Amino acid sequence: MPKIVTDVGCPYCGASCDDLEILVSDDGKKILEVYNACAIGNEVFHHASSPDRLKRPRLRQPDGTYQEISYDEAVDYTAKVLLKAKKPLIYGFGSTNCEAMSAVGRVAEKSGAVLDNCASICHGPSFLAIFDNGYPSCTLGEVKNRADVVVFWGCNPMHAHPRHTSRYSIFPRGFFTEKGQRQRKMISIDPRETETAKLADIHLMVQQGHDYELFDAFRTVLRGHDIPDEVAGIRKEAILEAAGIMKNARFGMIFFGMGCTHTDGRNHNVDIAISLTRDLNTVAKYSIMAMRGHYNIAGPGQVWSWQFGFPYCIDLTKGTHAHMNPGETSSIDLAMRDEVDAFINIGTDAGAHFPIDAVKHLRKHPFITIDPNICMASEISDLHIPVAVVGVEEAGVVYRMDNVPIQFKKVVDPPEGVISDEQLFDRVYLRICELTETEPTWIPAKGHAKAPVTAGQ
Amino acid sequence: MATVTLTPYKTPELFLECTTITPDAFCGKAPQEIAELEVREGKTKLRMGDYFHVEGKAGKTPEETEIQILGDCTRVKYIGFKMTGGAITVNGNADMYVGGWMKGGKIHVTGNVHSFCGIAMEGGEILVDGKAENYVGCAYRGDWRGMRGGTIRIRGSAGNDIGTFMLGGTIIIEKNAFIHVSTHAEGGTIIIKGNVEGRVGGQMVKGDIYVLGEVQYMLPGFQKIEQVEKEVDGAKVKLDHYIGDLGERHPKSKGKEIYANLFVRAT
Repeated sequence: MPKIVTDVGCPYCGASCDDLEILVSDDGKKILEVYNACAIGNEVFHHASSPDRLKRPRLRQPDGTYQEISYDEAVDYTAKVLLKAKKPLIYGFGSTNCEAMSAVGRVAEKSGAVLDNCASICHGPSFLAIFDNGYPSCTLGEVKNRADVVVFWGCNPMHAHPRHTSRYSIFPRGFFTEKGQRQRKMISIDPRETETAKLADIHLMVQQGHDYELFDAFRTVLRGHDIPDEVAGIRKEAILEAAGIMKNARFGMIFFGMGCTHTDGRNHNVDIAISLTRDLNTVAKYSIMAMRGHYNIAGPGQVWSWQFGFPYCIDLTKGTHAHMNPGETSSIDLAMRDEVDAFINIGTDAGAHFPIDAVKHLRKHPFITIDPNICMASEISDLHIPVAVVGVEEAGVVYRMDNVPIQFKKVVDPPEGVISDEQLFDRVYLRICELTETEPTWIPAKGHAKAPVTAGQ
Repeated sequence: MATVTLTPYKTPELFLECTTITPDAFCGKAPQEIAELEVREGKTKLRMGDYFHVEGKAGKTPEETEIQILGDCTRVKYIGFKMTGGAITVNGNADMYVGGWMKGGKIHVTGNVHSFCGIAMEGGEILVDGKAENYVGCAYRGDWRGMRGGTIRIRGSAGNDIGTFMLGGTIIIEKNAFIHVSTHAEGGTIIIKGNVEGRVGGQMVKGDIYVLGEVQYMLPGFQKIEQVEKEVDGAKVKLDHYIGDLGERHPKSKGKEIYANLFVRAT
C-alpha cells in the first residue's frame, strides 16, 4: 500500500515550507502525490520521478556530443581542472544542502578557488548593506504571531514565494494576530502593479530605480522635516499617509526583494531600508527581512561565514587567508573581466542567469555543471555530473530565509548509482589529495560520520 | 630621489596582483632583488622579473624612491598598496586598488584606473589623468571608517560610490559622476566639477560636497538654506547651500545640530 511521508521540506523557494505530505508508492521508489505544496514545489517532487533523469556523468567529446562516463572519471576530471587552473571559480549552491556547502569548502581551500553562491546575483547587495549597517531581523514565526503592518518593498511573494503570504506574512492567524488578514495593514512598494500590489491596502508605485529617494523621504518625514511635493513619482500626501500607518504599527515588518537589490544603488537601497527600520524602532517595534530566493540560499551565508568568515565572493587563491570584495571577487565581475580560468556551476543555472558576455568568457575555459537536471548551463558544459535531488532523494540541513535551520527529509532513493553533492565533493577532495600527494584533513564535528575514530572512543 | 623603472614586457593571462609595487618594498634593494619580489596571478606565485624589466636604483628609504612604470598596467592590481612615501608614475592605465590603504607619497596614473582607487586611504596624493570606475576613496566592505586623509584628483569622470563612509581628505572629480557621493560620510570634502545623476549625500552626517554642474535628482532630505559665493578648487563660484541629510542622525554642538553641507552651482 502507498504510504504518506509527513513533515517534508520543500526544495523550491526561500520560504522553505516544511509541512508537505508526500504519497510514495508501495516499493518506496516513486512519488505519487504531493500535498500542501504550491504548484512549483509540486513539480519539483514529480520531476524527480521523471523517466528521463540522467544517471551518469556526461563528458563533451571533440565532435561536440556528450558521452557517458563513470563517476570516478568525472571526479578525476574535476580534480585535475581545479588543480590546473590558476583561479578556478566554484559558483552556485542555491539548491543544495549545507552538508554539500561544507564539503566544497575543503575542495575550494585545497585547490585555491574562488567560492561564490547565487547571492552574488541576488541578495549579495543585502549582505553588503548588512556589513555596513546591521540587520535588525526576526523569524517568520514572529511575523505570523505579531506583525500588524507588513511592507513589501520591491518584492512579489504572490509569484516568487507562493505560500509566504498564507503561511507567515498576511493571512495566517497568530498569537497576537488572531484576526489574520483583517488585522494587518499591507503596503506594497513596486513600480509594477503585481499580484502582491493588488492585494495590498496601499500600493506606492515608485518610479523605477528611485527607491533610495523614497526611503530618504520616509526617513525625513519621520524626523519631522518637510519633503518636496513629489518624490520618486509619489505625491507627498501618499508618503505621509503610508508613514502614518508605519508609525502606528504595534509590530511592523519590512520585506525587501530584487527590486531593491538589483536596481541602481543596490546595497545602498537595502542600507537605507535598514536605517529606516532603525528609525521606526524609536516609535514602534520594527524588523526587516530579505526575501531570499532559493530554499537554502541562506545556507552558504551561514556555513561559509563559519568556515571562512565571509558569506560569499570568497577568494581563497591567496593560500594564507580568505579575501572578499564584491566588485572584484564576485562571479559576474570575475567572468566579465575574464579573471577566472575554470568554472564549476553547482545547484544553479549560470547559463540562464549570467549575462551572455560573462557566459562567453567562462566558456573559453573548462566549464563543469553539477546538477540533477538538464539546464542551460549543462548544455554548454564540458562535463555534466548529475546528482541526487536534495529534499527529495537526499536529506540535509537547509536555512530558511529568516536563517532558521530546518532538517529536510529524504522521501525516495535516487536513481541507482547516483551520488549526492556532498559525496561528490568529498570524492573530489580525496582525488585532489591523491594527486598532490597530501594527507586529507577532516575536521568534522564530534560524532559526525566523517570524524576519525580514536582509541578509547 | 633615486628612480627605479619597471618596463612591462608580458601581459598576464589573468590579472597580476602586485602588492609589492611600492617604494616601501623597493627601497634599499638592487634591481636584481626587486626582480625577485613576489607577484601573484591567481594562486600561482611569480617573480616581478617574470613580467617587468627592472632597471635603475632604489633609494635608501621609501621617501627617496621613485618608481616609473613605462607601459600599460591594465591588468595589474594593487599599485601603491599601503605605501607610506615616495612616488609612483604609471604611464598608461592601471587596474583596481591604485593607492589602496595608502598613507603617504604620490601616485600619478596617466591613463584610466579601475575601481577601488584610494580605498581606505589615510594620506598622500593620487592623480589620475583619465577616468576612474566605481568606489573612488571608499571604505572597505563593512568598515565605517572610510577615507581619512590625503587627496584624490580624477581628471576624467567617475562611477558610483565616491567617498562612501568618508571621514576626511579631499576627492576631486573634474568631470561627471554617476550616483552615491559621500554616502554615510562623517567628514571630508568632495568636489565634482561636472554633473551627478543623483543620491548626493545620502545618509550623510557631516562633511562637504560641491557640485559645480547639475544634480539631476536631489534627495528629499536636503533643504536649501542660502546662496553663497565660495572659492572652489581655485575658482570663485556662486552656490546654492543645502543642508542634510535631514533623515539621518546628526551630532549636536552647543545645542545646535550639525548638518552636512551640499553646495550646488546656482542657476
